[in-house]
Amino acid sequence: MTAVRAIGDPVLRLDGVSLAFGGVKALNDISLDVREHEIRAIIGPNGAGKSSLLNVINGVYHPQQGTITFRGKPRHNMDTHETAALGIARTFQNIALFRGMSVLDNIMTGRNLKMKASVLEQAIWFGRARREELANRAKVEEVIDFLEIQHIRKTPVGRLPYGLQKRVELARALAAEPSLLLLDEPMAGMNVEEKQDMCRFVLDVNEQFGTTVVLIEHDMGVVMDISDRVVVLDYGRKIGDGTPDEVRSSKAVIDAYLGVPH
Amino acid sequence: MQFFFEVLIGGLLSGVMYSLVALGFVLIYKASGVFNFAQGSLVFFAALTFVGLMEHGLTFGAALAVTLLVMILLGLLIEKFVLRPLVNQPQISLFMATIGLSFLIEGLAQLLWGANVRGLDIGIQDEPIGWIADATGVNVSKFDLSAAGIAAVLVTLLALLFSRTRIGRALRAVADDHQAALAVGIPLQQIWGIVWAVAGFVALVAGLLWGARNGVQFALTFVALKALPVLILGGFDSVPGAIVGGLIIGATEKLAEVYFGPYVGGGIEGWFPYVLALAFLLVRPEGLFGEKIIRRI
Ligand SMILES: Nc1ncnc2c1ncn2[C@@H]1O[C@H](COP(=O)(O)OP(=O)(O)OP(=O)(O)O)[C@@H](O)[C@H]1O
Ligand SMILES: [Mg+2]
Repeated sequence: MTAVRAIGDPVLRLDGVSLAFGGVKALNDISLDVREHEIRAIIGPNGAGKSSLLNVINGVYHPQQGTITFRGKPRHNMDTHETAALGIARTFQNIALFRGMSVLDNIMTGRNLKMKASVLEQAIWFGRARREELANRAKVEEVIDFLEIQHIRKTPVGRLPYGLQKRVELARALAAEPSLLLLDEPMAGMNVEEKQDMCRFVLDVNEQFGTTVVLIEHDMGVVMDISDRVVVLDYGRKIGDGTPDEVRSSKAVIDAYLGVPH
Repeated sequence: MQFFFEVLIGGLLSGVMYSLVALGFVLIYKASGVFNFAQGSLVFFAALTFVGLMEHGLTFGAALAVTLLVMILLGLLIEKFVLRPLVNQPQISLFMATIGLSFLIEGLAQLLWGANVRGLDIGIQDEPIGWIADATGVNVSKFDLSAAGIAAVLVTLLALLFSRTRIGRALRAVADDHQAALAVGIPLQQIWGIVWAVAGFVALVAGLLWGARNGVQFALTFVALKALPVLILGGFDSVPGAIVGGLIIGATEKLAEVYFGPYVGGGIEGWFPYVLALAFLLVRPEGLFGEKIIRRI
């Protein structure tokens, strides 16, 4: 189904990454890679450490052990706004939109790093600030068209139904033109139709822009359908890694999902 | 009727200056959710530093430039050494910190420049504008009009900055969700730095205008307390709210003083804004323009 893209070399590599919160080992010696242009799914039961993994990748948390290498360069305790500058964008499990702002303004914040005019230039709406604003606005309109949310452009996001909020959050991430897109349960809480739409968008992004996608999803049907490779986590450990078919037939994975005692 | 307009216009003009002070609060509140109790002290500090420098022989322009630098620097220092270490602490801790800060700044100001009351002349006289008086019979103070003009320009500029530029969006984003703001590449600390620097700048302009009108003295810190009813009326997080709130407070307090004052022995101006704000609080707690609080149960 996703055969046309040429999957390339690894862009992101984690080696022996461990992250603990007090006594809780959220991630325990995780090693994995993500290849250029692929859709990489992370699955696992509740509390397995999936979100923690995304948070480590985009710099919300700094692992106590292990190394993260992005595009050949090892990263040292990089913060979120720095990973954003490297081209990593994300959405959150609990929608983290700017509730007081319109859809358009929310998506415009995604362009933040592409805009360079100084505070002073902006204050007087000086040539460059103005041009920049308009150029970026045009880019945002492209994203809006792409995700088919023209009709809610001016709506404050707080008033939108859940499914649309998730879509706006994706739009904000896409506005940054990321090379690596992290999606934390983008389809959770959606009805079937909304899920189908979201699947289509993720596939289109991946195919048309070549964006590498790492996504967490609970719906196995979706995961098997759209991902190239799947990582399985359980209690902070990696218990499976491979193509959807490989993972589906792995005994460890089946045990974890059917709740075999550890 | 002429008299009514005279009072109303006088009130609106001083209202613009309330808006200016209120704006200093709104900026910081929007960006970091902190009610900056020290804003009044900043106003006092700015005015005192400016007069102090003039007394040391600096020209008007030089004193202005130096004070501006000092205020921006002070804002940046506050952000770095007071607010940043307190990130993720409960808001009440931050509020307490700004109370402590206000004493520190007031003390510092008086230590540096002494505590006596000084006059401040910004070169505009407090006299009626002739042609307006001739044409309409209404007395409008030249000083009030100029001060309001300056304040209005600044307020408009800031309102535009925060409503339609990247910095403005970043500021609102930071206020809404730190984590998401970081994820789109907004550096929190830079935004907070900018906001505090701007708050220092606003304090300078407010300090000069109020100082020129009432004299540079400790009581300047109380002007900031007048911003409180303005904020309650306008909503703590709304720039347009600060503007309209300031106008309403300025106009109604003067009108109340003139028309009801005589019946209760005067001095209404001092407490009327607070009563108005209190009444308003009961009806619309989020303010005129504040984000409506919806509770779903
Ligand atoms: N900030 C934190 N402080 C303390 N513990 C945390 C924190 N974040 C996560 N944890 C713990 O780490 C473990 C992994 O959590 P994580 O959110 O990564 O799981 P998850 O796989 O995303 O689960 P879910 O499917 O419910 O989203 C859990 O035990 C969780 O309680
Ligand atoms: Mg999770």
